[in-house]
Amino acid sequence: MSRPQEDTLLYLDGVSVSFDGFRALNALSFFIEHGEMRAVIGPNGAGKTTMMDVITGKTRPDQGRVVFGRDTDLTRLDEPAIAELGIGRKFQKPTVFEPHTVWDNLLLALAGDRRPRFTLWARETAEEAERIEAILATTRLGELRRRRAGDLSHGQKQWLEIGMLLAQEPQLLLVDEPVAGMTDAETEQTAELLREINRTRSVVVVEHDMDFVRALGVKVTVLHEGSVLSEGSIDYVSEDPRVVEVYLGR
Amino acid sequence: MSRASTLICLVAVLGGALLLAALNLGTAPESAAHVPTYVVSLVGKYLCFAILALAVDLVWGFAGILSLGHAAFFALGGYAMGMYLMRQIGTRGVYGNAVLPDFMVFLNWKALPWYWMGFDNALFMLLMAVAVPGLLALVFGWLAFRSRVSGVYLSIITQALTYALLLAFFRNDMGFGGNNGLTDFKDMFGLPLSTESTRVGLLLATAALLCACLLITRYLVTSRFGRVLIAVRDTESRTRFLGYRPEHYKLFVFVVSAIMAGIGGALYVPQVGIINPSEFAPANSIEAVIWVAVGGRGTLVGAILGAVLVNAGKTYFTGALPELWLFALGALFILVTLLLPGGIMGLLSRARKAPKAAAVREPAE
Repeated sequence: MSRPQEDTLLYLDGVSVSFDGFRALNALSFFIEHGEMRAVIGPNGAGKTTMMDVITGKTRPDQGRVVFGRDTDLTRLDEPAIAELGIGRKFQKPTVFEPHTVWDNLLLALAGDRRPRFTLWARETAEEAERIEAILATTRLGELRRRRAGDLSHGQKQWLEIGMLLAQEPQLLLVDEPVAGMTDAETEQTAELLREINRTRSVVVVEHDMDFVRALGVKVTVLHEGSVLSEGSIDYVSEDPRVVEVYLGR
Repeated sequence: MSRASTLICLVAVLGGALLLAALNLGTAPESAAHVPTYVVSLVGKYLCFAILALAVDLVWGFAGILSLGHAAFFALGGYAMGMYLMRQIGTRGVYGNAVLPDFMVFLNWKALPWYWMGFDNALFMLLMAVAVPGLLALVFGWLAFRSRVSGVYLSIITQALTYALLLAFFRNDMGFGGNNGLTDFKDMFGLPLSTESTRVGLLLATAALLCACLLITRYLVTSRFGRVLIAVRDTESRTRFLGYRPEHYKLFVFVVSAIMAGIGGALYVPQVGIINPSEFAPANSIEAVIWVAVGGRGTLVGAILGAVLVNAGKTYFTGALPELWLFALGALFILVTLLLPGGIMGLLSRARKAPKAAAVREPAE
């Protein structure tokens, strides 16, 4: 592993996590550059979700550092603090605020003051409405703005959640299996959406769907048993004998 | 929670209280239209319970905090009022002691304990009736929400909290009258509690404060704060990854709710004439949750409706068929849980939507 460069956005340095003796992450190290889109793949139990949990502060590692930007150690912070630093997370199962409208979901996600003393008196401003309109346009949810989020289709919920991530204005987006359960057309639109987002932000996509990863056309990191097995273009890693062995078995 | 139902509720509470006041004070006792004073105070008691129900609905319906100890905050507010009323008795007590309440003279106490100081002052009492429940909720909630205690575990420790207070207040050496509690009140704010006009005044004050509480809770839950709160209720971890601190939101509503319960308790004591440790009984808190469930959780107006209807039912049953009341209450809770998960308010909103849905066929998507 080479030393991280000046423009490193996220740097995982020898991160290990154990649950009851099971090593979910084993001295995992890799880095993401500013403006990069990275796909992370790996078989079940490779540590993909645990990696996301560590980056977003849900799980504290036993060892190692997670450095964001120049010198912020994420392992010392909790979820809200990390979210406020500019890391957004999309869950595998779409998690939106079901009783609220699409509009309100985006309003609550908009970057801004999160404290009760602000939200108690907050009135929706023209600037906020403008930002929400822009996100509705990007995520193609404009028609559904007054719809209850709980009434959306699976694919629409996924986009709404991506829209909420955009509203957060993060520097780094972590996206867990965004196309699970989507139709081919929806998958294609999602790939397009992620590429559009990547123009201004760094994105890490965890995915099982190899066709989707190929469609994204970005650098791929393969995880296995909690550490990096291989890294490179999709063509490179899919011909790497170690990757072939892990995926296809001996 | 809609604007219309809130408005109807405000009009019904204020209008009903004014009507009772007019029928009590404005008619001769032998007239058929006369409302006896005991009914005035009975309705006043229901409205105090409605304030408690509103407090429970705020935390349970909108923040997902199922508190099974809310009667503790109600009782603490009640004790603050009770202490003030005891100090107003003065030399009219059985032992005629100007400073010490009867039970202290009986226990051979020579001086007023420090925590009774200041309770001869009405303003100090009003401050304590909100500050003591509020502070207890602040400390308890800070510890519980910071450690991410939620769900059934939180419910159990709220039960433990009210049970611990029940046992503490039973002790004579706590200085709150032990088992007998505080009673034999004479007057409040210089007005004799035995007169009709004071009773009517208390009913009107309770109705006004209930309406104020309804407006405050409605503002809270419809504000952006309230939308975050509902998000916390349904998907707490998601709010955290968005940068919100759910524990701050929960703590704030928990304290507001406890203060409201305290106000309800303070208004309750002069109208029923007694406060004793049984008000801390865990069953009381559970009953308050049942009122909310019956009326409709998360609807505010439903909490008020449920509290009034269930308590009116209780008054009837405990008079007519006392041995059946607890069975009726249990059956009611089971029926509502199984058949009416939205409570009465849920039923009403379904009934209102149904004819429309039948008339206009849903357009195909």
